[in-house]
Amino acid sequence: MLDKYLTADMIQLKVEVEDWEGAVRAGGQLLYQAEKCTPGYIDAMVRTVNEMGPYMVLAPGLALAHARPEDGVNQVGLSLVTLKTPVNFGSAANDPVELVISFCAVDRESHVDVLKAMAFFLREEDNQRLLREAETVEEVLGAFRIQV
Amino acid sequence: MKELRIMTVCGFGLGTSLVLKMTVDDVLQKNNIRANTFCSDADTAVGQRFDLVITSREMENLFKNVPQPVVVVDNFLSAEEVQEKAIPVILKMMEG
Repeated sequence: MLDKYLTADMIQLKVEVEDWEGAVRAGGQLLYQAEKCTPGYIDAMVRTVNEMGPYMVLAPGLALAHARPEDGVNQVGLSLVTLKTPVNFGSAANDPVELVISFCAVDRESHVDVLKAMAFFLREEDNQRLLREAETVEEVLGAFRIQV
Repeated sequence: MKELRIMTVCGFGLGTSLVLKMTVDDVLQKNNIRANTFCSDADTAVGQRFDLVITSREMENLFKNVPQPVVVVDNFLSAEEVQEKAIPVILKMMEG
């Protein structure tokens, strides 16, 4: 499931960004480059954090960045960005963020299975560590492949 | 026994709250508790029919004027945290 969505072009490791906005944009850019969404969707992802706060930093060091289906989505997409230097989103409980999962959904249903697979994978702290420490995309792809 | 309606809430009701709902469902199952769990977005959450809210610190304020209990979870992937914070509240509600 994960390896179907998180292909090599949807993964970028040890990215250098200035701040949380750079982190969100890096994740959104991968979705856009793969034609999963419009450039406007990336702006909407940033706007979501600005307007609604950093609630999407849902676990220590981990953000789930996204906007709404009506913000310019072509098809369901998922991307993974790891940061060279962690950045703060303003989350009291879960800053600083080192892993950014971005997604775009076309409706309320069609992304559910892949998001569940991602959450199932991330629930294992060893898997989160593997993503944080990974130097090559191949290491990450290998971990997704053994995930059922 | 009454089946509780448990609502998880995030901005749009389709990402973060879904991850939390997954964790809540697993914990409920481990405790052999049957409940109706569902996601909601920040705009419509307060108007939904629910017995209990589970959400993030950032969303807690939405519910300051509702009588139902609100459980705040920091780590949405942590079954331990949901177990520790939500299950006592749920068990108490089921007795009541």
